[in-house]
Amino acid sequence: MDTSMLLVVGLLMTAIAYIAGRGRSISVASGVGGVKNLNSLPFYYGALTALWCGIPSFLLLAIWAIFDDYFISQIVVQELPEHVKNMSESELGLLMNTVVNTAQNSSLGLSSEPHILQAAERLRGLEQTNQMAMTVAFISAGIIMMMATWLRIKSNMPARVHVEHAFKWLLLGSACVAIFTTVGIVLSVLFESLRFFQSVPVTDFLFGLQWSPQMAIRADQVGGSGAFGAVPLFAGTMLISMIAMLIAVPTGLMAAIYLAEYAHPKVRSTIKPVLEVLAGVPTVVYGFFAALTVAPVLRDTGSLIGLDVSSESALAAGLVMGVMIIPFVSSLSDDVITAVPQSLRDGSFGLGATHSETIKKVVIPAALPGIVGGVLLAVSRAIGETMIVVMAAGLAAHLTMNPLESVTTVTVQIVKTLVGDQEFNSPKTLSAFALGLMLFTVTLVLNFIALQVVKKYREQYE
Amino acid sequence: MEAVIQKKSEKQGIDEVMPSNEPQDIQVGDKTVGKPFADNPKMAMRNVNVHYGDKQAIFDVNLDIAKNEVIAMIGPSGCGKSTFLRCLNRMNDTIESCRVTGQFILDDQDIYHPKQDIVPLRARVGMVFQKPNPFPKSIYENVAYGPKIHGLASRRVELDEIVEVSLRKAGLWEEVKDRLHSAGTGLSGGQQQRLCIARSIAVSPEVILMDEPCSALDPIATAKIEELIAELKQNFTIAIVTHSMQQAARVSDRTAYFHLGKLIEVNDTKRVFTNPEHDLTEAYITGRFG
Amino acid sequence: MNKSSQNVTLEKVNQSLARRYRAEKRFRAYGIGAILFGITCLVVLFTDIIGKGHSAFFQTHVYLEVTMDSDTLYIDDPTDPQQIAGADYLAVVRASLSERFPDVSGRRDKRALYALISNGADFELRKKLEADPQLLGKTFGVWFLVDDDVDTYFKSRSDDGEGGFDGRLNEKQITWVESLINEGVMESRFNTTFFTSGDSREPEQAGIKGAIMGSLFTLLVTIALSFPIGVAAAVYLEEYAPRNRFTEFIEININNLAAVPSIIFGLLGLSIFIGFFEMHRSIPLVGGLVLTLMTLPTIIISSRAALKAVPPSIRDAAYGLGASKMQVVVHHVIPLAMPGMLTGAIIGLAQALGETAPLLMIGMVAFVVDIPGGITDPATALPVQIFLWSDSPERAFVERTSAAIMVLLVFLISMNTLAIWLRKRLERRW
Repeated sequence: MDTSMLLVVGLLMTAIAYIAGRGRSISVASGVGGVKNLNSLPFYYGALTALWCGIPSFLLLAIWAIFDDYFISQIVVQELPEHVKNMSESELGLLMNTVVNTAQNSSLGLSSEPHILQAAERLRGLEQTNQMAMTVAFISAGIIMMMATWLRIKSNMPARVHVEHAFKWLLLGSACVAIFTTVGIVLSVLFESLRFFQSVPVTDFLFGLQWSPQMAIRADQVGGSGAFGAVPLFAGTMLISMIAMLIAVPTGLMAAIYLAEYAHPKVRSTIKPVLEVLAGVPTVVYGFFAALTVAPVLRDTGSLIGLDVSSESALAAGLVMGVMIIPFVSSLSDDVITAVPQSLRDGSFGLGATHSETIKKVVIPAALPGIVGGVLLAVSRAIGETMIVVMAAGLAAHLTMNPLESVTTVTVQIVKTLVGDQEFNSPKTLSAFALGLMLFTVTLVLNFIALQVVKKYREQYE
Repeated sequence: MEAVIQKKSEKQGIDEVMPSNEPQDIQVGDKTVGKPFADNPKMAMRNVNVHYGDKQAIFDVNLDIAKNEVIAMIGPSGCGKSTFLRCLNRMNDTIESCRVTGQFILDDQDIYHPKQDIVPLRARVGMVFQKPNPFPKSIYENVAYGPKIHGLASRRVELDEIVEVSLRKAGLWEEVKDRLHSAGTGLSGGQQQRLCIARSIAVSPEVILMDEPCSALDPIATAKIEELIAELKQNFTIAIVTHSMQQAARVSDRTAYFHLGKLIEVNDTKRVFTNPEHDLTEAYITGRFG
Repeated sequence: MNKSSQNVTLEKVNQSLARRYRAEKRFRAYGIGAILFGITCLVVLFTDIIGKGHSAFFQTHVYLEVTMDSDTLYIDDPTDPQQIAGADYLAVVRASLSERFPDVSGRRDKRALYALISNGADFELRKKLEADPQLLGKTFGVWFLVDDDVDTYFKSRSDDGEGGFDGRLNEKQITWVESLINEGVMESRFNTTFFTSGDSREPEQAGIKGAIMGSLFTLLVTIALSFPIGVAAAVYLEEYAPRNRFTEFIEININNLAAVPSIIFGLLGLSIFIGFFEMHRSIPLVGGLVLTLMTLPTIIISSRAALKAVPPSIRDAAYGLGASKMQVVVHHVIPLAMPGMLTGAIIGLAQALGETAPLLMIGMVAFVVDIPGGITDPATALPVQIFLWSDSPERAFVERTSAAIMVLLVFLISMNTLAIWLRKRLERRW
């Protein structure tokens, strides 16, 4: 049976265990004068039996599935002729690939050497045996555990307490997925980055002014020595983010102020969702809009007034990104502005201040920490934004602060490097992970600070 | 026996320990006056102390609750009467910072024993809350819920019977028998509270704790609930916390007066309201503070 | 304060009053301006997309009489499915075109003539013949797809034949097209291909069904994993978790993950799921896993809000009856919080549906012609399809990109509307 079939069988087995456990508890109950004399409801006995049947057998299956490939290939390698076994590790790996392909009758395994054919035959045999053994072990484990639990069911068995414990652990496990994700992110970018920094020094990466990741494959090839100075990427990212923030912060903030302070509740309840539609539009749509509409318009206007605007200008990407971030800034600012206590406003109005004076002198200063937190979150979003820049910004790394020229960003380079065929382990591929590490670290720090600031602010007015 | 309970906190009606405007001239004293002990106690509490974090809410309370009696607990707000009541079926377990020490005996059984399962405990000691809190389900489902989770009925007919009997006992049957399957939240406040009482008696508890059950109700509804309590006395032991002295006087057999976390006086209700032993009790019932 | 100083104050206030009211007006104008700017951007964006994309829902077809001549097709035995499958249908189409334009001669001209019809025409004829073998030897009319250049020309010309965008069409081709138009055998019909086929290099044959199915399978994986896990995590944090460092650590993790750039999740998927667990690239399963991790924080945060909104009195009521913790949670708290949790989940899924960057990382950018039939078939997703098409130079792909965006937006808007409706409909006021 293949693995997906085994999963179905396992679920079926668990269901049977539930029914068996439940039935057993009811028959036990009839001996002691009804269900109310059981320690727990029949459901819990069923659930407990199902848990004892399902969890160990699925665990066994998982462990088996993880390790069986390793053991099988070890056995096959052990039985290879002596001269083959003495080959280097990478050669042996290649050989094993051939064996696997031959065993699967794939067109890649066109080898007719006798020891390979023999090994392939052996591999096929072992795999069949393994599959059989796995099926038998899985099903018998489930049945044995089911029987064992079934026999233990008595009227005074605290099944509910056990099930509640299992339930709690299940919930805790789910909550820990967040931790695993963070750990997974850190591990995945950190390890590959460390390998990258073995071939490219950290200082070259952080402070180098030249980015041309194309490595020459042959020594005499023209095309690049592989320079990994990431400063142009950081500069490009910052330039585009800055343009975006120049659009988003004033617009978002003013919109939030107007909606929170001036607008009639009815107007507010219509305008707010309309602005939030901007946040719901997928970034790929913004990218398309930036590349096919905004960039040509900018280029044409530029040439009208005699400016040379690149068709992949930082300005186009930044403008559109800014529009995307407006609702983000405005809804965060709206939250903090409405959290400012009315008493502060009243104090200012009572002195005869106009509404705008109250806002500028009282509300905004009081809400400032929250607004700053929101802006930091927006910056982190701008830095990490990918699709707009991939579609509208350039690929070549220019070190410039001129918004009319083409620049590239960290995210663009990650995408460019990792999309499509890659050579594993080349510094070029690994550089994407180093950039990912930088991106993760920077956004993490920004988010952390922003969340702390906002939290402090909330506590202040709660 | 000491049990330390630490659970997650919830913002709910905990009597906060705050100094009330008690008369300064009367000594509180350490000993409870009157008759805190009973001959055939259903529940017996000894040396009860309760802390919320650093603050102590209950000081060394000793009290018996006799079988089939109605005991009223009165006192100014913040005196710890509700806290004490909630200890009797371990409802305080849900409050993280709450620490309860002392002995709580229900028919020779230690309520706070580490191995005591709170589920059967609460099936034996039911509770009715200050604000009517029916589940947002049908009237039938509300009453049937307890019997269902405790497996008290194996057939639908039995369940129907339990529901009917409980609603009848709560004096609600005639009013709702035609709309058993409409929402319990659609009833009036007084009906909701009687539904909650029906819900707790459906489990056939031995003791019912009532935490100011009429404080959210109008006088007519209150009168109905009070009548109900008088009837329930036949089958159940009832402990009721109330802020209304008239109510305590009307429904209870014995009255316990709490003050600043201390049990000042326990006595037959008549005695407490006509001839209190302790000066503080007298000050309270004569309305000098409250 | 004496009289004269009060007068001085009043005077000063009055003097500054006009200026202050001007400032007030200006300030309000800034606010209105900001809102108008936002709304204008939205309107421009939508009109631009719709303006570019609406024409893709119609496709130019040309009506040709074809004769299913068995000699031209090389079919001697119409009962043999292999012969039917391998027959030369293009020859039939070509014959029909040559018949219509008899004076076209020379290989180059002929090739130019044949290029007017989509090269998927043979496939269409084969389907017809497979469905009804009786057609062999008969003559009948068929509406064929035209090539994308012709389609673009036809769509951009005005009714009197002026101003067509000729693109890659040469002069002769335009004459032929015009003659076909004048005969009235060329017309625009609803573009079913767009909704029923997968990706293609030929714009007129390219459709979004493959991408939609890819998105669907990806979302299925995402919803199947993220909703239960997210709700379970939220229940743990709201109902069970003790207040300690570990719980706080989980909370910090969730809040930070909610703000981590999506591309980072793509890197995670690439090195953990594909690199470490050796799953295949380009499959919805991996895409779904990555999007699950990405949407989990959103779902957890909104589910916690929904759980918080369940009043404690309900929990008290159940506890008071002797319900256990799990019974309180499963019987009362979760059902009451469900509408809120569903709303959060739908919004999270809408976010996942529009997400592109992480899917690029795990290889869901491959050119996939076949429509995926499961979570382990190579696939793209709708936003990725948009990304891929936006890179294609053909003008016909621009309109298809915009049309695909319109479809994506329709999905997103319906999901969000559903979420709002759910919230309004099922929300309980306490």
